Amino acid sequence: MFDKILRGLGDLREWADERFPVTAFWQDHLVKYYAPKNLNFWYFFGSLAFLMLVIQLVTGIFLTMNYKPTAGTAFASVEYIMRDVNWGWLIRYIHSTGASFFFIVIYLHMFRALLYGSYRKPRELLWVFGMLIFVVLMAEAFMGYLLPWGQMSFWGAQVIISLFGAIPYIGDELALWIRGDFVVADATLNRFFAFHVIAFPLLLIGLVLFHMIALHSVGSNNPDGIEIKKHKDENGVPLDGIPFHPYYTVKDLVGVVVFLMLFSAVIFYAPEMGGWFLEKDNFVPADPLKTPEHIAPLWYFTPFYAILRAVPDKFLGVVAMGASIVVLFLLPWLDRGRVRSVRYRGLWFKWALGIFVVSFVGLAYLGTVAASPLATLFSRIFSVLYFAFFLLMPIYSKLDKTKPPPERVTGK
Amino acid sequence: MSADEIDHGRRRMLLAATAAMGGVGAVYVATPFVLSMDPSEKAKAAGAPIDVDISKLEPGQMMTVEWRGKPVWVLRRNEQMLKILPELDKFLRDPNSDELSQQPVYAKNVQRSINPEYMVMIGICTHLGCSPTYRPEFSPPDLGPDWKGGFFCPCHGSTYDLAGRVYSGMPAPSNLVIPPHHYVSATRLLVGVDSEVI
Amino acid sequence: MKPLFAMMLLLFSGFLPVNVSAGGGDVVLVPADIQLDDREAIKRGAKLFVDYCLNCHSAALMRYSRIAQDLGMSNDEVSSQLITTDAKVGEMMKVAMTAEDAKRWFGMAMPDLSVIARARGVDWLYTYLRSFYRDDSRPWGVNNAVFKDVGMPHVLWELQGLQVPIIESHTDEQGNTSEVIRGFTLVEEGLLNSAEYDAVVRDLVTFLAYLGEPSKLQRLALGKWVLLFLAGLLVLTLLLKKEYWRDIR
Repeated sequence: MFDKILRGLGDLREWADERFPVTAFWQDHLVKYYAPKNLNFWYFFGSLAFLMLVIQLVTGIFLTMNYKPTAGTAFASVEYIMRDVNWGWLIRYIHSTGASFFFIVIYLHMFRALLYGSYRKPRELLWVFGMLIFVVLMAEAFMGYLLPWGQMSFWGAQVIISLFGAIPYIGDELALWIRGDFVVADATLNRFFAFHVIAFPLLLIGLVLFHMIALHSVGSNNPDGIEIKKHKDENGVPLDGIPFHPYYTVKDLVGVVVFLMLFSAVIFYAPEMGGWFLEKDNFVPADPLKTPEHIAPLWYFTPFYAILRAVPDKFLGVVAMGASIVVLFLLPWLDRGRVRSVRYRGLWFKWALGIFVVSFVGLAYLGTVAASPLATLFSRIFSVLYFAFFLLMPIYSKLDKTKPPPERVTGK
Repeated sequence: MSADEIDHGRRRMLLAATAAMGGVGAVYVATPFVLSMDPSEKAKAAGAPIDVDISKLEPGQMMTVEWRGKPVWVLRRNEQMLKILPELDKFLRDPNSDELSQQPVYAKNVQRSINPEYMVMIGICTHLGCSPTYRPEFSPPDLGPDWKGGFFCPCHGSTYDLAGRVYSGMPAPSNLVIPPHHYVSATRLLVGVDSEVI
Repeated sequence: MKPLFAMMLLLFSGFLPVNVSAGGGDVVLVPADIQLDDREAIKRGAKLFVDYCLNCHSAALMRYSRIAQDLGMSNDEVSSQLITTDAKVGEMMKVAMTAEDAKRWFGMAMPDLSVIARARGVDWLYTYLRSFYRDDSRPWGVNNAVFKDVGMPHVLWELQGLQVPIIESHTDEQGNTSEVIRGFTLVEEGLLNSAEYDAVVRDLVTFLAYLGEPSKLQRLALGKWVLLFLAGLLVLTLLLKKEYWRDIR
């Protein structure tokens, strides 16, 4: 009986294979896709990012079933979800916590690329797609945050959209067009809802697909930064490669479970995270006539916000903020190092990376505090260091005294 | 490469155990999402039982109230109406209310009600959902000389007697639905819930 | 690399404390010390809320029947004890006053209190309700040390009585004086003494905390089961991973 079913399924697969690359996909991208065998902790974050995308999409769909995107009803509809919809509170918290966790994962995922040179040739396009995902994700999160229509939602949007107004000549018209009204209003909310629920998710899914195709076209990098395809056996299988399935499916599963434990701990015990994930001011309905004492974007935007505020000129601040993201795109071409991985880099690069991390984290913190002379001073110092990491990289990465990378991957 | 033999048995067991536990987890995760689509507290409150004051109903008079978005008729039948009901049995498709889904168990009788004098039913034709009209008068010109009072649905012509029982040969397949209800007092009717539940 | 990571860790540990919140700068908040799982306290708080607050402040995002469910009361009990209008138990806790009327009589619309505990925090609410003092220059004759020039009267004055502030003056090097309220003295007795009044305010704040997030106790209770389950799943997935990875090297 059981055999009959299995045979039947096998026949079904054959039928499908003649019309669709079912088995081919399974082989090319899972069972015969060879990944380096030395992938470490930093390599969990790709699959975790995908998991977060799925979680946000699913919880987002269910929230959309009950959320009402008009200025008059949005705030109340969120509380309706929290109180009247069965398990609505859980779906909401997964989604709000998920936004923050998505960024934690993405920043760590990107940091891995910095550590091991995963953006270097031939993976430049992979990096560019990744950066596009990052930019779209930031837009997605920004639009999502307007939806609860709290004080922080409203005023955060007001401030950021007015930045577009700083662009010379076209600025005011542009800001008006984005808003659909003279201030952030019902029209803005409704269109941000359309972008957040449909436009950007579709874009994200497409970009993630391209990102994965680009990855599979060249194969994964690894902590030693060497190309495993350089040494293959008589069957064309990289000597240091192992099939993604079952080895990395099973390993990523562990990563997923650990991640879900951390994720659940926050969802159930600290969804507000002391105001970092759900801001207190956002529990006050939006009031166009009353500005909060302290407007700050959510933590994942603060590094860039700090750079914006560090520049004394409004327009140039916008330019600097944009440049801080554009410069990330250029990384593959700024890095002239002889090796990919930080393991074999010299002191110049290691110090530069360390200073970059300190600056980035410093900027993130400074973006949350009110402007003060001391804060502005440090923001400026860190902003300069941030840009220096990139703009000086062609020089110091070349001068760097590197160690020779191994021919085969190392156990460490 | 490892020189040890692969323990397939252990692998299969671990795989099965993990898949089983993962499957249980998946069900637990899916459950809140599925349940979130059930009526919310708001829907349940809006669909709560309604209180009807029947003290002012005259014999032969009908009032309409709304419950769960549907019209509910409360008709106070007079002596004549009640007397005619058993006589109509042979013209009806389901005179004994054998189709149990159309009424609660306490309404499975000739008058299809708890109290013979008061008729409580949902005013939606069982054909395609229009709301029939109340025609208590005898032998009106448009309904013919044999009309002894009842309900007439203008959409496709289905007719019902004053107990909501459908006549044979009508497009409508079933008797009008009787909602759960009970009498809190002689003048207070609660539509939407049986008496045991409260 | 290690020293740099240590530096990063030190930097991160500095952020974990609470985010900047919307409070007045120097006000010292007294901890409210509420017990959210104390049902009786929430019930008492609900009654206080209905008696003293609900005339002006709505809690329009909260359904009466939800209170019944969460506090183990029947719909009829909630109806008789908490509903003073002709609202049905399935309805929201609204007020009759419209925003226009409120603006006319009080100068502004009274905020809805459904999520006030999440916006202000329980300590702020607790301190606020205990910090009204007599100020004849204000329309209602009272001011508040936590919320300067608040438009709200001291609705609980009968219970607390009336107090006056003890003001301390500070002069800094530039010769600027600032005044700080150090405490209060009771000048008119209320029905309750200080400890009793604090308990009343605590009950009210407990209710407001519950009101802000009715599902909080449920989520806290569920958390440990979720983590326990995931811990079990972790054991299995780790064993599975280790078993397969014996093939490598």
